[in-house]
Parts: sequence; C-alpha cells; structure tokens
Amino acid sequence: MPTATDYIRILPEIVLSVWGMIIMFIEPILPAGRSRKGLGIFAAVGAIAAIAATIYQARPEFAGSGFNGMLRVDHFSVFFHLVVLLVTLATILMSLDYLPFQKIDRGEYYALILLGAVGMCLMSSAVELVLIFIALEISSISSYILAGFRRHAAESAESSLKYFLLGSFATAFFLYGVALLYGATGSTNVFDIARTLGTSPHIEPLAYVAVALIFTGLGFKVACAPFHVWTPDVYEGAPSPVVAFMSTAPKAASFAVLIRLVIDTASPHWFWVIWTAAVLSMCVGNLGAILQSNVKRMLAYSSIAHAGYLMVAFASASNRELGISAAMFYSAAYAAMNVGAFAIITQMAGAGERYSQIDDYSGLGKRSPVLAAALTFFLLSLIGIPITGGFFAKFYVFSAALRTHLIWLTVIGVANSGMGSYYYLRLIVRMYMFEPRTEEPAPRVRLGMGLAISICLIATLWLGVLPNVVLHYTQGAPTIFFTR
Amino acid sequence: MNLSTLNPWILTLTTFLPALGALLIAFLPRRDRDIRWFALAISVITLLISLHLPVHYREVAPTNSGTFAYEQNLQWITSPNIHYHIGIDGISLWLVVLTTFLVPFCVLASWKSIHDRVKEFFILLLLLETAMIGVFIALDLFLFYFFWEATLIPMALIIGIFGHQRRVYAAVKFFLYTMIASVFMLAAIIWLYAQSNTFDFVELQHLIATGAIHMPGHTTLWLFLGFFVAFAVKVPLFPLHTWLPDAHVEAPTAGSVLLAGVLLKMGTYGLLRFNIGLFPVEAHKNAPWIMTLAIIGIVYGALVALVQPNMKKLVAYSSVSHLGFVVLGLYSFTRAGMDGAVFQMLNHGISTGALFLLLGVVYDRRHTYEIKEYGGLATPMPMYATLFLLITLSSIGLPLMNGFVGEFLILSGAFQAKAVYGIVAASGVIWSAFYMLWLYQRTFYGKITNPVNATLPDVDLRERSILWPLAVLALVMGVFPTLWMNSIDASVAGILGTQHGVPAAPALQVKVNTVLK
Repeated sequence: MPTATDYIRILPEIVLSVWGMIIMFIEPILPAGRSRKGLGIFAAVGAIAAIAATIYQARPEFAGSGFNGMLRVDHFSVFFHLVVLLVTLATILMSLDYLPFQKIDRGEYYALILLGAVGMCLMSSAVELVLIFIALEISSISSYILAGFRRHAAESAESSLKYFLLGSFATAFFLYGVALLYGATGSTNVFDIARTLGTSPHIEPLAYVAVALIFTGLGFKVACAPFHVWTPDVYEGAPSPVVAFMSTAPKAASFAVLIRLVIDTASPHWFWVIWTAAVLSMCVGNLGAILQSNVKRMLAYSSIAHAGYLMVAFASASNRELGISAAMFYSAAYAAMNVGAFAIITQMAGAGERYSQIDDYSGLGKRSPVLAAALTFFLLSLIGIPITGGFFAKFYVFSAALRTHLIWLTVIGVANSGMGSYYYLRLIVRMYMFEPRTEEPAPRVRLGMGLAISICLIATLWLGVLPNVVLHYTQGAPTIFFTR
Repeated sequence: MNLSTLNPWILTLTTFLPALGALLIAFLPRRDRDIRWFALAISVITLLISLHLPVHYREVAPTNSGTFAYEQNLQWITSPNIHYHIGIDGISLWLVVLTTFLVPFCVLASWKSIHDRVKEFFILLLLLETAMIGVFIALDLFLFYFFWEATLIPMALIIGIFGHQRRVYAAVKFFLYTMIASVFMLAAIIWLYAQSNTFDFVELQHLIATGAIHMPGHTTLWLFLGFFVAFAVKVPLFPLHTWLPDAHVEAPTAGSVLLAGVLLKMGTYGLLRFNIGLFPVEAHKNAPWIMTLAIIGIVYGALVALVQPNMKKLVAYSSVSHLGFVVLGLYSFTRAGMDGAVFQMLNHGISTGALFLLLGVVYDRRHTYEIKEYGGLATPMPMYATLFLLITLSSIGLPLMNGFVGEFLILSGAFQAKAVYGIVAASGVIWSAFYMLWLYQRTFYGKITNPVNATLPDVDLRERSILWPLAVLALVMGVFPTLWMNSIDASVAGILGTQHGVPAAPALQVKVNTVLK
C-alpha cells in the first residue's frame, strides 16, 4: 500500500494535474470570445504551487524511493523538478498576452503546458523503465499538440505533424529498447538492471542492442546529432513561447533520464556513443546555425550545439561527482538563457509571427534599448562570456571533461564554442550596428512578459556570478546514485 | 583618518567603482550633458583613488617575489576552487594607474564627438574600465579569464556602434580574433586546474616550479602555447596583427586610445605574468622564435606605417612596431630588457594614446584621416602643432623623452641576449623617426594646400586640458624615469631571480647571473 509519504513524493505532479484538469473543466464553460487571461494567471499560480510542493518535498524526511521503487525523490529529482517548473512558469507568463495577440486565446493551452510539465517532472524522478516511458509519453503528446497551436498557420501544422510522426517513431525505439532490456536483465527497475549488468561477467549482446535503441529514443528528445533533423523545422513553425518551453523543459527531463540510465547501467559501454554524439552535435549545431537567416531556426541549431556541450558533461561521467553535477548545472543555465532569448523573440514576433528573420532585429538597440540589452545578455550567455550563467556552465563542463582526461573532446568543444560565437554575435551586430527598418518602437512589454524576462535575467546572472548555492546542490546529487 | 586601513579594499574599490558608475548611468535620464559630467566625475574619482596605490606602494611593497601588495584573497566559489584573489606588484601597479589615468581623457575626448546614444557609450566605457583594471590585478586564473573576456564585449560594441564607416567589419573581426584565441587559454587554464585543483597564480607558480604537477611529454609546451596565442593576438605579435589596423581606424577616438593604451598592454602583461611567470623554462626555450617574430613585427610594422596614406592607420601600424619592442625586451630575459619593456608599455600607452587623441582633434574638425587632405596646419593651429611635435618626439624615442628610456633599455637587453637581435631591432628606431617625422612634415609644414584648412580653429580649452598633461608626462617620464623604474625593477628582478623561493630553472639562473655581474 502506498503510504502518505509516497503521495508527498508525487505532490508536485498531483498539484499540476489537478490544476490542469480544473482548467480543462472551466474552459468549455467560459463563453467564446471571453479573454482567457484569468485561466493563464490561474495556471501560473498552479506552477508556483508546484514549485512550493517541490520545495516541501525536498525535506530530508521525504527523500528515498516511493511506490515500491517506482520513483525516487532525491537531490537529483528535486533539481530537475525546479528547472522544469521554473521554465513552465516563465512560459505561462510570457504566453498571457501572446495568445490573444495571435488570436489563439484558448484555455487548453495552459492545461497542456501544465500536464506536459507533469510528464517531465515524473521523468526526473522515475527509476522504473515503464514509468519513464509513460512519463515520456505524457510530456511528448502535450508537446505535439502545443507545437501546432497556431492552427491557422500552415507552418505550425507542419511543425506539429513532423514532430508527432518523428517523435512517435523515436518513442517506439525507446519502448523497444525497454522491452529488450527487460529480456536481457529480467527487470525494468533501473537499479536492478544496473546491478545485473554490473555484476554479471559477460553481458548479453541483447543488452547492447537495447541500450542503442533507448539512446536513439532519448537522443531524439534531447535533439542531439544525428537525431536532430526535426529540430529546425519544428522550432520554426511552433509558437515562440512553446519553443521556449520545449527546447528546455523536455530536454532537461530527457537528460535527467539519460543520466540515470547512463550512470546506473553499465556506463563504460555508453562512452563512445556519447563521445560521438557530443562531437557531432556540437559541429552540426554550430555549422548549421551559421547558415540560418531565421532567428528561431538559428536558435534551433544552437540548441543542438548546446545538447552537444551537455553530452560532453556526460562523457566525463566516469568522474561521477563532476560529470553529473556539470550536466545538471548546464541544464539549468541553458534553460535560463534559452527561455530568456525566446521570451524576447516572442515579444518581437508580431502578428502571425511575421518578424522572426534576423533582419527584423536590425536597429533594435535604437527602437527598444532595454529589449536589445536583455537579448544581448542572453546571447552573450549562450556564447559563454563571463558574468553570465552560460560562461560558468561551459567552463564547468569543460573542466569536468579535462578532469577525466578527455583532452580531444575538450579541444573540439572549446574550438566549437569559439566558432559558435560568430552567429550569436551576428544578431548582436544587427541590433546595435544596423539602422532599424522601421521607426516604430518595438511593442510594449506587458507585465507577464516583463516578469518572464526578469526571471530569466536574474537566473542567468545569478548562475554566472554566485553559482555557489546551485553548485553545492548539484554536487550533493551524485552521491545518491547506487545508494538505494 | 589613516588611509592605510583602506589597503585591503583599495584595489576592489578602484576596480568596481567605474562599474558602479555605469550602473547608475543606466538609471539616469537621457540628458546627455548630465551623463557626460557624471562619467567624468566617476572616472576622475577612480583616478584619484588609484593614485593611493603608487603613493603608498613603498610601505606595502612585497619583500620577496611571488607575493603581492594590496592583496586580497576571498573564497568566491568553493567547488571548483575559485578565489577572488587580487593584488599588484611593481609592474601591474603602473598598468592600473595607466588605465585609470587614460579613461578621464577618453571621457573628455568623447565630449563632443559622441552625440548619439551618449548613455550607452559611457556605460560601455566605464564597464570597460572595470574589466581592464581587473585584468591587471587578478591573481586567480579564473578571475583573470573572467575579466579578460569581459573587456571584449564593451570594446567590440564601442567600435561597432560608435565607429566610422567599416565599423561592423572591424568590430566583428576584433571580436572573433580575440575570442577564438582566448578559448585556447581557457583550455590551458582548465587543464592546469584539473591537475592541481587550484586556480591561484601564486600556488600554481610554486607547484609548477617544484614539479608537483605531472606534465608528461610536451604538455608544458602546449600549455605555454595556449596562453601565448591568446596574448599574442592581443599584443598583437607579427602574423596575428591583422585585426589591429581595422579596429584602430574604425574605432572612435576614445576606443582607439584605450585599445592602444591599455588593451594591447593586456597582451604583453599576460606574456610577462603568465607565460614567463608560470612556464619560465618553456618561455626561455621558445624565446628565439618569439624574439624573431617580435623583430619582424618591429620592422614590418614600421615599413607598412611608412606607406600609409591614412594617419590613423599609420599610428596603428606604428603600434605593431612598438609592441614588437616590448615583446623583444620581455623575451630577452635580461633585467635591462624587461625593465625597458615594462616601461615601454607605459610609454606607448601615453604617447600613442596621445597621438590618437591628437588625431581625434583634427578628425572632429575635418572628418577625415587622409594625410593628403592636410598640409601646412602649423599656420592655423600653432598650439596643436607644438603638442603634436612633443608627442611625436616621445613616440620616436628622442633622448629626454620617455620613449628613449624604454627603447634604450630594450635594445641593450636585446644586445645582451644576442647581438644580431639588437642590430636589426635598432633599425626600427630609425624607421620610426622616418615615418613619424615624414607624417609631421606632410601635415604641418609647407603651404596650406587645402583652403578649408586655413580657417581651422586651434585647440580649445577642453582639448588643451587633455593634451598638455600627456605631453608633460611624456617629458617627466623621460627625465625622471626612476620614479617608475624603482618599483618596476624590483618586480622584474623578482620574476627573473627566483620563482617563489624555489631557484628558477637552471638555464634561466645562469642567464640572470651573467647579467647581474
């Protein structure tokens, strides 16, 4: 029987589900044409409640496995819960005025985001492959719908369909891998699998196949090369706040799953797979981004490159403490800066998302100095310039890699990060060194958007200047692995 | 109040006051006049505070090498082990003061020439000042890299937003060159940390010197090169110099002054502090080719400067030549050469900074840097001609001017290292006299060829208050170099003599002994 403690271990998920369902009930009752902003604010309160629940859950007496070892509450899961929930909150806030402006003001948007967050939170705490699969599906299905939320825009429908077809294919790979892994080890529990693979003298070839399939499925979700091809098209068509959401939250959650699997099941066998994926992602992402003229596509390629940097942290997971902690820190920093950048893209998008070419950002420094300064800050963070979280995250990842003697991987990563600076810089150059195409001032920043941008700015700056608190927390996380 | 109680915090105060000022400017209303005065006030206060450093330096001067004055060491991040460790010795002391000294002049020089987006300009300028000072005081490699990269953005934006026609190209080129070169330094820094678990310069110096860090094969060479590339681009050393003329020509006057006056010194400072400080043996082994590149830079820079039709480009190439002297002096591994090199860093900051300010004066009037547009300027602008001549003489190293002291010491150091280096480098002195005096002749003497120039107003009060102090300082530094040299020499001797109580590499020690005898 589940105990009361067990329910507290899924308290954030319960809160999010209840809130999401309430929104689904209210939505049909509200007369058509009535503003849904109230529902959005209600959803934001739900996200905050879930954050509070996570903080409550983080108390030491609740740490440990729940529901007969289906999931675990530990530093690791709490950390990813917070990342996902903060991204959720920022996304909801930036959507408040975006939706009516794009004439897609519907309540189920908020419900879908909250329910998607349920899946992502569950992914970070699940230690049972079947539960992981269910969580993955919950998060993916809401993302498919959200990607097509600008229904009357053809590119949004294309984005949704592409994402759905390829995504379900990838999930099938994952499921197949789970089945094979069960066949090879006789268990679906991550720890049992780890123990079987770790202790048995020779490993079944079946297990290798299973691992490869699982990696394919998750590789798709985190958009690392060579499973990245969908990213630019999907990001280009999907509504901008949704891109902010799905380029960070599901990614962080999938990385959480990947970390649990990699660390707890036979990590040496993963090494070269991850090494290759890291190098490919960094190179493909950075080279691809240089060629783009659409800001959203450019950031899509940049997100592939950043998945590559995260993979570098993984590859160094043989030094458990540093590798995992670096990956966690990087996920958080990436979430902060990328959501921030997309918040400003959302703000700039204009009706029907017309203004998303790099040219549209010409002279933004004159039209709206504050927006331009904020976007510059996020882009500098993506480049990895000091005082931003992106700098410290990159630094931490590479120092983890060098600690584990991955000299070539570091050299490739460092060279890539130099190369990558070019295309972010190009956008900064556009904003400050070109004349604006129109004299009209940029659209006014509303309260919700202002809050979303502020959250991201503060988080990025905080992670860059005073990373101590977050670092401590992430460095406490790795000790929990293998200690059941 | 006893000012020495300030000692632990004085460097922090000097460093972050400009950034604080920048933050305040961000909240000021867009009234350009107020913002200018506010920026001037902040930069002058910073200068006054920083003057505390040399005045009281003697009392706190480090007694043995490897220790620093005005030191402060606080834990910043526990794991990775990063400290806010700052401090200065006789070398960085003067570079900090050079920075704080030049910034008020830059503010004044931008008084009228920057009229669009004034607020942004002064925010960037003051942020740049904080980052530049930080580079010279950081004793933790992470902190150093932090400030090093932080100088990049404000400078690139100053060039790119406030520069001349091809500003975007110049800004991007500047950014990419520096950024790509510095990531290699980052890799080297992280490698050192991975092996030693510390970023602390003093500790690392000790660990490397005692061999406590395991460095298989050619590791030291790779580390040396990682640092070297980052600094060589900044200096800029011969084949890596191509960003410099573009950046200088396109930058607004204040940008050029700080670029030439301070940013290039960050490169030579790094070569001295980190390349020589951390890897003395490797530095010594590699000295021949580095000195060769320096000499090529001296001659090449001078020859290219000679044929420039554009005054600003001429001065930019002269920087390549002058900085070649500095690198030559540093890698001669002689006390005279290194003393001279450090002194020449200051000289170049003053004289080339002043030259760019002088060029800014005519640019404000005529909006061109083409030499052929001018001629006979001595008639309408006699005071300007006088000042220009003083600075020209300082730049070409006439005895009694500061340039002479620096170049003389460097050349004597180079002769001690190897006569042929000295001989070839000495020709650079002749070339510099050639191009500078020729420039002077074409611009100031003869008849007024272009009637527009006949009515140009002479330097006004603001411009005089910028130029005279620099010209006088150039003379004072030439006549009383010991005011600066005492502290420089003590620190150079420390770097050459011992590495943190451990005898320096044997080869180096022999060299030093022969020089001192």
